[in-house]
Amino acid sequence: MAIIEIKDLVKKFPVGNGFFTALNQINLTIEKGEFAGIIGPSGSGKTTLLNIIGSLDTPTEGNAIVLDKSISELSHKQAAQLRNKHIGFIFQTYNLLPIYTVFENVEFPLLLQSLSASERKKAVLQALEWVGLTDKAKSKPNMLSGGECQRVAIARSMVKQPQLVLADEPTANLDSKNSHHILETMKKLNRELGVTFLFSTHDEKVMQHLDRIISLEDGKVVKDEIKTVTL
Amino acid sequence: MLALQLAFKNLIGAGLRTWLNVTVLSFAFVLMVFYNGMIDGWNRQGRNDTQAWEIGQGQYWEHTYDRYDPYTIQDAHQPISDEANDMIIKGELTPVLISQATIYPQGRVQSVILKGIDPNQTILELPTADLRNTQNGYSAIIGERMANDSKLKVGDNILVRWRDKNGMFDAMEIQIASIFKCDVPSVDKGQMYISLEVLRKMTNMQNEATMLIAGKNSELGPVEDWDFKTSDFLLAEFDAIIKSKKAGGMIMSGLLLVIALLAIFDTQVLSIFRRQKEIGTYIALGMTRGQVVGIFTVEGGAHSILAAILGAAYGIPLFLWLNSVGIPMGKENTDMGIAISEIIYPYYSFGMLLSSFILVVISATIVSYMPARKISKMKPTDALKGKLQ
Repeated sequence: MAIIEIKDLVKKFPVGNGFFTALNQINLTIEKGEFAGIIGPSGSGKTTLLNIIGSLDTPTEGNAIVLDKSISELSHKQAAQLRNKHIGFIFQTYNLLPIYTVFENVEFPLLLQSLSASERKKAVLQALEWVGLTDKAKSKPNMLSGGECQRVAIARSMVKQPQLVLADEPTANLDSKNSHHILETMKKLNRELGVTFLFSTHDEKVMQHLDRIISLEDGKVVKDEIKTVTL
Repeated sequence: MLALQLAFKNLIGAGLRTWLNVTVLSFAFVLMVFYNGMIDGWNRQGRNDTQAWEIGQGQYWEHTYDRYDPYTIQDAHQPISDEANDMIIKGELTPVLISQATIYPQGRVQSVILKGIDPNQTILELPTADLRNTQNGYSAIIGERMANDSKLKVGDNILVRWRDKNGMFDAMEIQIASIFKCDVPSVDKGQMYISLEVLRKMTNMQNEATMLIAGKNSELGPVEDWDFKTSDFLLAEFDAIIKSKKAGGMIMSGLLLVIALLAIFDTQVLSIFRRQKEIGTYIALGMTRGQVVGIFTVEGGAHSILAAILGAAYGIPLFLWLNSVGIPMGKENTDMGIAISEIIYPYYSFGMLLSSFILVVISATIVSYMPARKISKMKPTDALKGKLQ
């Protein structure tokens, strides 16, 4: 079952008097439960594609259908609802809210869903358990290491049990040990909860963990490779 | 509710920056309440004093009398009707006869208004009973201001010259029976109070009066041949002065409020610029732009709530203390020409506190909303990168 369907997608940005084409005729399908990554050099359009899939941006031409919803046709409110309920985001710089504790950061997406305090607490503690940070629940982000911050970000993206997690360069700021740990955590969540993960990366370490690698160059898909699973 | 919860959390989390803004805003709030309280206290005291010493619950004037036109005094007198007389006997009204005169204190010439009033009246606070105490029959009471201006003391005899009903000049010596202290200058400056019957004899105006002053128990209504003037009419000038004083005070506290609001505006602009990533994150996590604008607006507006709490923390003890000791106005101010005590006891009404609070909250919210509107035009992808200039 396709969770993402992209058809003839073009994204252009105004530059001076003309336009810069960031994505050019992208066609792509991502199935439910995939652990896939978009790779490519800087400026190849990875983040732009991820942003469109995450309904943070809209295509100039073509269509992106995410969880049966056409991104171009969503209102601001509908897009916000899609992100809040079904899509989790993980950023390169973690984007944790500095004045909130780990618990509150993870709880944040649930506050927008009007869940009761007990439901929120249960879900947050479970998410922190998935990433092994239960003991840091009361800490503030500035008291955590980079790896721990990224694990909080994973917990935050997973707490609402989304169908899709979009991770933009999640290991770019981490050392190899932390990167490995983070990727193992995400892989485990993918396997156990069936959540679809889509990465944008140019990190070799990430690529080794991916089941599918989509290569972008100058805004075009140049290679789409599915790895065979070795037991 | 969520916006309020998040806004307060962000605000407290911002630390010193928040407390600086809150402190300045609380100064504006406390100053506004202080000044309004002082003016309201003055207003209450001034109105009460003016009613107690001069105008009673209202006055009935002879048709031609105009308190601002001294030329009307000569002819502004008429016999008291039976209806009015009945009310005087019941103690509901007290008659006052007014005449112009000249006194010669220590060889100088000074114009005065002679007011004839019943020594037994109880409607006004004037110590008219003192008019009964003199040995030789012709006595007057005057206020401290009049005593200072004319250098008169209790027991002094002063030559008074006046015109009677027919325009004939006459003169005699009057003894100062007592000097009273009063906060209403128009009761005191240039005025001499003598017995009504004495003045009637002096001016050949038997059973006549210029005005009738109504007491607390009077049934205020039309009285034949007399024009009724309500206390509101009689206090109109005082009200106008209070209004202008209030406006002056509003300018002062308004200036301080503007400074505080500018600080909040500045903080909001900086905050929105500095917290672009946070804004992008909120949107990525599923907030609508409207909700984010709401958080930032409430956050700015919440400065005013904290300012009210902080202001209350030091303002309430300050105001309670001022309420017990009063605010000294200095002797010079009591000669301003309108009723003002040497000490004013401020009055803080719930309505005044509420309106000051609402004014501060609304203005803080408006200045917070203005920069927060920019968020609704932000592209979340640019905000996440912190790219906006």
